[in-house]
Amino acid sequence: MNMPDLQPLMPEIVFLGLALFVLLAELFIKSKETIGLMVIVSVAATAYMIPQSFGVTFSGMFISDGYSSFFKFIFLLNLILTILISIQYIQIERAEFGEYYTVLMFSTLGMMIMASAGDLIVLYLGLELMALSTYILAGFIRHDARSTESALKYFLLGAFSSAILLYGIMLLYGLTGTTDIMKLSSLLMKNGMRLQSIFAIVMVMVAFGFKIALVPFHMWAPDVYEGAPTSITAFMSVGPKAAGFAVIGRVFLTGLEGFSADWRLLLVVLSIATMAVGNIIAIQQHNLKRMLAYSSIAHAGYAVLGVIAGNTEGLSATMNYLLIYAFMNIGAFSVLVLLRNEQERIETLEQIKGLARNHPFASALMLIFMFSLTGIPPTAGFVGKFFLFRALVYSGYTWLAVVAVVFSAISAYFYLRVVMYMYMYEPEEGVTQDISTAAPLGLALLITSLMVIAIGIYPEPFVNFARLVVG
Amino acid sequence: MKYYLLIPFLPLAGFLLNILLGRRLFRSQAHWPSTLAVFGSLVVAVMVLMDVLHGKTLNHDLYRWIISDKFQVSVGFLIDQLTAVMLIVVTSVSFLVHVYSIGYMHDDPGYYRFFAYLSLFTFSMLMLVMANNFLQLYFGWEAVGLCSYLLIGFWYEKKSASDAGKKAFIVNRFGDFGFGLGVIMIFLTLGTLHYIPVFDKINTLTGQTINILGLHVNLVTLIALLLFCGAVGKSAQIPLHVWLPDAMEGPTPVSALIHAATMVTAGVFMVARCNPIFNLSHTAMNVVAVVGGVTALFAATIALVQNDIKRVIAYSTISQLGYMFLACGVGAYGAGIFHLYTHAYFKALLFLCAGSVMHAMAGELDMQKMGGLKKYMPVTYWTMLIASLSISGIPGLAGFFSKDEILFRAYASGGVGRFVWVLGTAAAILTAFYSFRLIFVTFHGEFRGTEEQRHHLHESPKVMTVPLVLLCIGAVAAGWVGVPPLLGGSEHFAHFLEPVVGLPHAKEVSHAEEWMTMGISVAVALAGILIAAVFYLKNPAIPRRLAERFPFLYRLLWNKYYVDELYDYIVVRPALGIANNIIVKFTDGAIIEGIVNGVPAFIGWLGAQMRKVQDGVVEHYASIMAVGIFVLLAIGMIFLI
Repeated sequence: MNMPDLQPLMPEIVFLGLALFVLLAELFIKSKETIGLMVIVSVAATAYMIPQSFGVTFSGMFISDGYSSFFKFIFLLNLILTILISIQYIQIERAEFGEYYTVLMFSTLGMMIMASAGDLIVLYLGLELMALSTYILAGFIRHDARSTESALKYFLLGAFSSAILLYGIMLLYGLTGTTDIMKLSSLLMKNGMRLQSIFAIVMVMVAFGFKIALVPFHMWAPDVYEGAPTSITAFMSVGPKAAGFAVIGRVFLTGLEGFSADWRLLLVVLSIATMAVGNIIAIQQHNLKRMLAYSSIAHAGYAVLGVIAGNTEGLSATMNYLLIYAFMNIGAFSVLVLLRNEQERIETLEQIKGLARNHPFASALMLIFMFSLTGIPPTAGFVGKFFLFRALVYSGYTWLAVVAVVFSAISAYFYLRVVMYMYMYEPEEGVTQDISTAAPLGLALLITSLMVIAIGIYPEPFVNFARLVVG
Repeated sequence: MKYYLLIPFLPLAGFLLNILLGRRLFRSQAHWPSTLAVFGSLVVAVMVLMDVLHGKTLNHDLYRWIISDKFQVSVGFLIDQLTAVMLIVVTSVSFLVHVYSIGYMHDDPGYYRFFAYLSLFTFSMLMLVMANNFLQLYFGWEAVGLCSYLLIGFWYEKKSASDAGKKAFIVNRFGDFGFGLGVIMIFLTLGTLHYIPVFDKINTLTGQTINILGLHVNLVTLIALLLFCGAVGKSAQIPLHVWLPDAMEGPTPVSALIHAATMVTAGVFMVARCNPIFNLSHTAMNVVAVVGGVTALFAATIALVQNDIKRVIAYSTISQLGYMFLACGVGAYGAGIFHLYTHAYFKALLFLCAGSVMHAMAGELDMQKMGGLKKYMPVTYWTMLIASLSISGIPGLAGFFSKDEILFRAYASGGVGRFVWVLGTAAAILTAFYSFRLIFVTFHGEFRGTEEQRHHLHESPKVMTVPLVLLCIGAVAAGWVGVPPLLGGSEHFAHFLEPVVGLPHAKEVSHAEEWMTMGISVAVALAGILIAAVFYLKNPAIPRRLAERFPFLYRLLWNKYYVDELYDYIVVRPALGIANNIIVKFTDGAIIEGIVNGVPAFIGWLGAQMRKVQDGVVEHYASIMAVGIFVLLAIGMIFLI
C-alpha cells in the first residue's frame, strides 16, 4: 500500500500540531501575552508553508491550490487579528480560560479544511470542526447569561443546519453515487433526475446559507453576535463566513456548474432578501454590536453577488470583498473592544455621543471603518463594492447591481449615524468613556485601518492577487 | 527624479500630523510640522526646477487607481516646464505665508487647525499642478475648493465668515459643474483622461459636432468652453467673480496665499495646460480673451471706490486674473503664466502688507480711518509701495515685464486682440490709480482713527516683516527672467515654457509698434499714479466732488454694479423660493418625509413584526428556517422544473 502524498496537507498537519502544543503550553505558561505570541508564531509558520503545499491528495478529497490558499490567508489573518484584540479583552471579561486560544486555532483549522475540501465528506468534517469550536467560543463568558444563551442557540440551530447539509449530501450521493465535488455536475446531468437534483441543491444551499447568514437562515446571527464576547463576534463575523463562501465557490461554481442557471436564481432571491433585511433592520438598532451583526448579514448579501455573476471575475470580486471585509469589520469590532472598560460596556449609540471630544483617535478610526463599510472612496469598501457590482453588470445582472447600490445607499444611514453621534453631540453625563490602552489592540487597529486606506488608495495588487488565484 | 514625490507628500504629512496631534501635542508650536514640510517641498521644488532646466521632464504613473476596461485612472505626475513654474510659485509663496502666519495667527484658539488646513491646501494645490490626468486635476481642483471653504470660514463663529465660505463654495459649484461635464466629455469622446493621449488625439475631433437640443455644436469648442467654465468659477471671472471679494472674510494670510497667489490662478494654469484643446477652437479662444479683458476692466473700476483695504486688493486680483485670461485667449499662454508668476509675488505681498496694517490697527479694514501710517510702520510702507509700483507696471519691476508682455501680445495678435488690448490698457491706468489711492490714503496724510488705535500703532514683528521683504524681492526681480528683446533681454521665460505652451502666433509687428505699446503702458501707469497723487495728496476734495457730480456712476461702482443684488434676485431668491415652497413643503414635506417617516414607520412596523419573529425563541428560529426551505423549494419547483 502506498502512503498518500501528505505534502498538500502539511500546513494543516503542522497547524494542528502547534495547536496541540499551545494547549499543553497553556498548562504551564500563565502569561496570556506569551500564549498569544505562540499562536501568532504558529500562524506565521503555517502561512509560510501554504504556498509550498500545492497539490491534490487522497484521491482528490483534499485540494490545495491558489483558491484555497487565498481563503486560508484570510482565516489566518482573521485569527491573528482576533488574538490581538482578545489579549486584554478576555481578561476584562474574566473569560481567560486556557483553552480560548486553542479553540480559536481548532476553529481556524476547520475552516482551512473546508477551503481545501474536494469531497463533500471532508467538507462536512471541516465544517463541523469549525462550528463546534465556534459554539464553545460564543459561550466563553461563562458567568454571563447572554453569552451562554447565545452559544446554546447557535449550537441548536447549527445542529439543525448540519442535519440539512447531511440530507443534501445524502441526496447527492444517492443521485450520483459519489461525494467527489468535481464529479457531481456531470453525473447529475447524466442521470437526469432534475426534480431530485434541485431538491438536493436547495438543501446544500440552505446549509451554506446558514453559515454565511443569508436571510431567512440568519436568525441566529443577531442574537449570537450580540451575546458572544466581542472579540469572538469579530472572529465569527469574518472567519466562518469566508469559509462558507469558500465552499460555496467550490461546490456551486465547479461541482454544480451544470446547474448554474438554477442556483443563480435561488441565490438572487436569497441575496436580495439578505440585503433588504440586513440593511433595513440595522437602521432600527441602537446597540452597535447588534447593528454590526445586521450589517454583517447585509455584507454577506453583497458578497454573494460575485457568486451570482458566476464567472472567475465575479468569484475573484467576492474573494477580494471578503478580504476587505475582514479588515473593515474586524476593525469596527476592535473599536468596540477598545471601548470596553473595567466599568462598563460601551455599546449603544447614546454611550458614544461626543466620543470625538474625548477620544479623537478612536473616533477617527471608527469613522474610517464606517466609511469603508458604507463604501465611500478612498476606502477599501468602495473598491470591494466597485468590483463586485462591476462583475455583476458584466454578467448581465445590471438590475441586481442597481438594487445592491440602493441598499448600499440605505446602509449609509446607519453607518454615518455612528459618525454623527461621535462628532456632533456632546458627551452624555455619567458615561465613562475610558478606553483600553492595550498595545496588541492598538496594533490590530493600526493594521486594519492602514489596510482599509491602503487598499482604497492602491487596490491594484489586491485585486490582481484575487484574480490570479482564481484564474 | 523620484524625489519629486516629496513635494506634495511632505505637506500631506504635515497636515496629518497637525490635524491628529496638533491640538494635544503641538498647541502653540503647531506651525513647526507644516512650515518645515512646506520648506522641504520648496527645496525639492527648486531641485526639480534645476532638473527641468537641464531638459529633464517626467510623466510618471505612480500607480493605477482604478482599472475598469477603458476607464483607467492613475495617480500620476507630469513634471514639465509649466509644472516646474507652478511648483516654485506655490511652494515659495506658501512657505512665506506659513512663516508670516506664525506671527499673524499667534494666540488664535484654532492655531493648529489653521496650519493643518494650510498644509492640506498646499498638498491639494501641488497635486493639482502636478497631475498628469484630468481626474487627478479634478481631485486637486475640488480639494483646493474645500480648503478654501474651510479657511474662508475659519472664524466660523462669525456669521459673515461662514456665509462667505458658503458663498464661495456654492458659486464654485456652477463653474465646477461645467468643468466636470468637460472632463466627462473628454472621456466620452477620446476614451482616456491622461493629458498626453488626450492632447495627441484631440485633433481627431476637429470639425465634429454634437447635437444638443437640435443645435449642432462644435465638439472641441464645447469641451473647451466647459473646461473654461471651471476656470471662470475658480479664477473669479465674470460672471462668477462674486465670491472672491467676500472670501476676504478669511484670515489675511489665507487671502494672500489662496485668494491671490495660488488657488485662484488654477484656472489660468488649467487653460494653459489644456492649450492644445483651446488652440483648436477660435470661438473658445475669443471667449476666453473677451471674458478676461472685460473682467480686467470691470473689476478695476469697482476697485476705484472701495474703502475696505482688502476688498480693493481683492478686486485688483480679479482684474489681474482677467489679464492672464486675456493673454491665454490671444494664444500667449507663456505671457499669461508669466503674469501669474510675477503676480503671485506682488499680490501676496500686497495682501500680507494689508494684514500687517490690520495687525497694527487691531483688525480695522476701512482705509478712511487710517492715514499717515508711513511713519509708524516703515517696512510695511516701503514694501507695499514697491508692490504697488510693480502692479502698476513701472519699468524695471516684475509687474511691468509681464503686463507689458500681455498687452503687446494682445496688440500683436490683431482682431479681437486689438479690442482686448484697449480694455487691458484702460484697466492699466485704473490699476495704477486704485493701487496708489490705497497707498496715499492709508500711509500718507493725517491719522484719522481713534486715539486708542493711534496708541496701539506699531510695526509688525520680524516674523511678519521678513516674509514681506523676501516677497518684495520677488515683486522687484521676478520679472527679470522675461525681459523682452526690445530691452536687450531674451525672453528666457517664454522660451522655457515653449515646449509646453508654444509661442503665440503674432502678425508682423514693427519695432515702432512694439515701442508704442510699451510707451503707452508706461504712460498710463504714470498717469494713474499722478492722478491718484493729485486726488489724494494735493487736493483731497476732488474725489468727493466727483462723487457728487456723478452720483449714479459712483453708486454703481460702490455697489459693485449691483451684481450681488442681481444674483440675489435671479438666483438666490428663486432658489430659496423653490427650496422653501416646493422642496421643503412638497418634496421634503410630502414625498421625502412621507417616505422618510413612512418608511421608518413601515420599517418600524416591519421591525416590530420582525422583532416578534426575532424573539429569542430557538424553536421559532428553526421554524423560520424551515419555512425558508419550503419557499426555496417552491421557487425551485415552480420556476426551474
